[in-house]
Amino acid sequence: MTVSASQSFVNIGERTNVTGSARFRKMITEGRYADAVEVARQQVESGAQVIDVNMDEGMLDGVEAMRIFLNLIVAEPDIARVPVMIDSSKWEVIEAGLKCVQGKAIVNSISMKEGEETFRKQARACLAYGAAVVVMAFDEVGQADTKERKVEICQRAFRILTEDVGFPAEDIIFDPNVFAVATGIEEHNNYAVDFIEATRVIRRTCPGCHISGGLSNVSFSFRGNEPVRRAMHSVFLYHAIPAGMDMGIVNAGQLDIYDDIKPDLRERVEDVILNRREDATERLIEIAEGFKGQKGKTTEKDLSWREASVAKRLEYALVHGITEYIDADTEEARQSVERPLHVIEGPLMDGMNVVGDLFGSGKMFLPQVVKSARVMKQAVAWLEPYMEEEKQRLGTVDVSNGKVLMATVKGDVHDIGKNIVGVVLACNGYDILDLGVMVAAETILDTAQKENVDIIGLSGLITPSLDEMVYVASEMERRGMKQPLLIGGATTSPAHTAVKIDPVIRTAPVVHVSDASRAVGVVSTLLSEDDKPNFVTQTKARYERMREARAGGPPKPRLPIAQARDAGLKLDWENYTPPQPTFEGVRTFEDFDLATLARYIDWTPYFSAWDLAGQYPKILEDKIVGEAATGLWNDTQGMLQQLIGEVWLKPKAVVGFWRANSDGDDIRLDNGDVFHTLRQQMVKDNSRANFAMSDFVAPEGDDWVGGFCVTSGPQAEEIAQTFAKKGDDYSSIMVKALADRFAEAMAEYMHERVRKELWAYAPDEDLSNAELIKEKYQGIRPAPGYPSQPEHTEKETLFRLLEPEERIGVSLTSSFAMTPAASVSGLYLAHPDSVYFAVGRIEKDQVEDYARRKGWDVRKAERWLAPILNYDPFAVS
Amino acid sequence: MTRQDRINALKAAAKERILILDGSWGVMIQRRDLEEADYRGDRFSESAYPGQMKGNNDILCLTRPDIVTDLHNAYYGAGADISETNTFSATIIAQDDYRLDPQSVWDINLEGAKLGRATADAWTAKTPDKPRFLAGSIGPLNKMLSMSSDVNDPGARSVTFDEVYEAYRQQVRALNEGGVDLYLIETITDTLNCKAAIKAIMDLEEEGMDRLPIWISGTITDRSGRTLSGQTVEAFWNSVRHAKPFAIGFNCALGADLMRPHIAALSRVADTLVAAYPNAGLPNEMGQYDEQPEETSNSVGSWAKDGLVNILGGCCGTTPEHIAAIAKAVDRIKPRDPAPSKHTMRLSGLEPFEVTS
Repeated sequence: MTVSASQSFVNIGERTNVTGSARFRKMITEGRYADAVEVARQQVESGAQVIDVNMDEGMLDGVEAMRIFLNLIVAEPDIARVPVMIDSSKWEVIEAGLKCVQGKAIVNSISMKEGEETFRKQARACLAYGAAVVVMAFDEVGQADTKERKVEICQRAFRILTEDVGFPAEDIIFDPNVFAVATGIEEHNNYAVDFIEATRVIRRTCPGCHISGGLSNVSFSFRGNEPVRRAMHSVFLYHAIPAGMDMGIVNAGQLDIYDDIKPDLRERVEDVILNRREDATERLIEIAEGFKGQKGKTTEKDLSWREASVAKRLEYALVHGITEYIDADTEEARQSVERPLHVIEGPLMDGMNVVGDLFGSGKMFLPQVVKSARVMKQAVAWLEPYMEEEKQRLGTVDVSNGKVLMATVKGDVHDIGKNIVGVVLACNGYDILDLGVMVAAETILDTAQKENVDIIGLSGLITPSLDEMVYVASEMERRGMKQPLLIGGATTSPAHTAVKIDPVIRTAPVVHVSDASRAVGVVSTLLSEDDKPNFVTQTKARYERMREARAGGPPKPRLPIAQARDAGLKLDWENYTPPQPTFEGVRTFEDFDLATLARYIDWTPYFSAWDLAGQYPKILEDKIVGEAATGLWNDTQGMLQQLIGEVWLKPKAVVGFWRANSDGDDIRLDNGDVFHTLRQQMVKDNSRANFAMSDFVAPEGDDWVGGFCVTSGPQAEEIAQTFAKKGDDYSSIMVKALADRFAEAMAEYMHERVRKELWAYAPDEDLSNAELIKEKYQGIRPAPGYPSQPEHTEKETLFRLLEPEERIGVSLTSSFAMTPAASVSGLYLAHPDSVYFAVGRIEKDQVEDYARRKGWDVRKAERWLAPILNYDPFAVS
Repeated sequence: MTRQDRINALKAAAKERILILDGSWGVMIQRRDLEEADYRGDRFSESAYPGQMKGNNDILCLTRPDIVTDLHNAYYGAGADISETNTFSATIIAQDDYRLDPQSVWDINLEGAKLGRATADAWTAKTPDKPRFLAGSIGPLNKMLSMSSDVNDPGARSVTFDEVYEAYRQQVRALNEGGVDLYLIETITDTLNCKAAIKAIMDLEEEGMDRLPIWISGTITDRSGRTLSGQTVEAFWNSVRHAKPFAIGFNCALGADLMRPHIAALSRVADTLVAAYPNAGLPNEMGQYDEQPEETSNSVGSWAKDGLVNILGGCCGTTPEHIAAIAKAVDRIKPRDPAPSKHTMRLSGLEPFEVTS
């Protein structure tokens, strides 16, 4: 089933619009199209339903720029999934755009400015290209300003389009022109009313059509005063949407929540928008200065919320994550009700429901929700002694929405995502039974049965965990357990759940949960007697369809392994002298300066650990998640300083170098150990080689490979637990996420030392952190379990050589995950032509060959290589 | 019967029964073991057209018209209501592989249409209660507008929209002039190529050419249930709805069993006829299709019973025996009722997006 998003108001972002975004204009005029594509990606990632593309800039060849940009984004499935709005005042640019889009786009815009003939011709072309159109209320005389002119022009255009051209009414979007109000010119005062009233009439008399408008125009006279502009936009939409405006070029950051606008500001803005009094403009200007310079919301300084009722204060504290007054407010609330439980069931749950709604509708983000949970926990902690006392007095029973067991499966130690889901569910009144990490299937299922939980949630990050989840599901089937099974974590996917997990269990429903924001909806549906049957049937059916769809289509062609080897990278070893490392064998490194390491941190993945998508540092100014990201950033910097100052982490590293030569696809060490590598088998239609990592090592003569293992140490785990015990999940998750970043930073830092000092093949390298993140250095540090060597068991060889368990306390689990989790290991290869690559899918001939080299049987190889097999190992041939 | 009479008869027949399209041409031509000389005939000497001509099945319209007529006869005889012209690759872009000149490409379409027309009319005269129709085959190109032609440059394209548009425009004019009853834009791997063909038809009609029904048939190649250019079923439908097609559907790449979910998805949303002509299963290691007529007809017969389709036929690997089996399986089964028209703005990228008003 395809999901088609139906929305009552369609938000069209304008960040890929050179007239709307100075930053985007600069990228396009400088020809930085790759950056421009990223802007589109971010916009779609942050929820844009349609992306507006505008290249109307005097210095640009608009036709060329439109063509290049649209052709580029077609190649990006995560951008190209949404429709495009081709935005230009020049017909030739629009037509160039229409020639690039396979989907159904919107043309923005055409009008009767140059007369009916041109209008007809252009509309007909839009119809033949298969696009919807925005029609500006513009005719031979000019742009429509009054209600009457707007209505008259749109009605005439509607008649021509539907009767003469045969344009479907539902594909017509009128833009009746949003003009600036409060300009000081009396004739302008009624412009917003004209728009809203015209909208009402047009929607009624031109059935089926849509109404759109460029929102930011209305507040043009308050340029530079963002708070007032935001309020004007919100008030305008508040009145225009019920009148029938259903689309708009609106940036989420340009809007306030209508109810959040201060009453006096709202009243005066409303006077202006609705033209309710003669002195409306003066009265708005009077107070406007007072808002100027306030960037973002002023929650911390603004204490007016303290004057509200206690219930409202609790809600405010929950929504804004403020713990400062929570004890006093909770106490006040407790004294006003009969039983302490009523505070939880009443104002606190009401407040958390507001949080849940805002989160669910994308108005709050994960770090903010986790902060809300911290407030909630503190309030509940305040009430606990009273409830305990009451319980003893009356013998009452706890209430819960339901009990959810959560666990990271055996062999896996990653739990940040699981903890976040746990917190979010706990916020919504569910009892969470968190069994932690590396939990064996038996423990999970025994506990679930003993505790009679309502739902079981499994999490995992590394690929072997997928198999473990399949095992847990099959055990549930064997035991006849009926609790719904939720699957989540970075490597899990709806496809894997549909193809591998769903078929092995018939006794209970299985649902893949893609992120924390979906967890609450899924859990509450599964616990609702009314909604559950339907949801379960639909999910089953969806997985069934996914299985059917997956089974279809031939696998991509692969080269036979012998042929792939022939197409391997053939380096000129004759004219290359491999550099000699400064030592052979293994060395341990300790006593790192945390402040130095912090400079090597790549922050982008840190934000994504919190479900905030975007590149650092741009994410801090992102129109949608920027505020949440900045809040998180400030809190993180606070913790980072403390972490460095109090030396919370004791990172350690081991590095080794060994003499080695390649032997086919293996790297054979002088001491007899072998690193097995995998070779790409895809059919390449360019001259690129079919890489294996062994290609980067000399087949004979002197050459070396290196290996490393770095860790942030076990301390982070202990500190995180201390926070969690205090009810501060926010800090607990933060310290773990930071430890992960430090481990990655260690890997980056040690690699630099290796290049400059320990292997010393690039002593004069001088790269910035940004350049390091972009991997501009010579040589690579591929890690088993990643695309260049997707097979995890290679870590065993690496660990035998490096002895990290003895030296720095890092060991491997049964699934070859490293513990502590904040650790990184890999190989070092020095050749200047060595690159990171993805092995991609491989054929059975290589799997058999690999099994032989590893001394495995083929079944075992297929199990470890399952994610990259180009065939179905269970297919009956 | 004038062409308008035939179109009316086609529409009337579609209301009454499930219509049958013909099957594969490739496999039938292969069975003839033709030589290079058969393909070249007298017209295409090696000196004027260097390189290999063998394999250019469309050129047989000019050099072995007897075979083309034979095949139309075989399929009409098996019970097909509609047969396709032998012009799948007859565009100046696709025929450039054989270095054919534009006039020859025009002639393939014109003669191909005339051959089919004559055969169809002969059958209609024989069995007036079952009139036969001729669909002008408009195939995909070897060059795609939505896919990069250079892995290192995602913006690169080997062909422009205008070139694709011109190629289809010429083919459409010749097919129309040769007498086809409807167009069948088929095996669509790239929706933008298809949109160029649609625009060519709509423009020509605007310029006064006879209006004919359009049948649009995409191809789901990917295991994710998408077209090669990445669209989901519903996104594809939204992208071509403006052609007001007589029929919409899928063909090729998949056998009936794997095609079913995509046909079902289309059947739910399309407010027009739904058509399907799958391959005879998936090819074996030797590249041959060995699904038997009864297997194919069992699968598609169940679609008909479930009310999913209006037109059925066969693609790669199917033969007159398959078509006869399908015709028999769906005889007297009531055709699907098109989905009700929904007047909402239905946009798409790779995925659909619907704006209700």
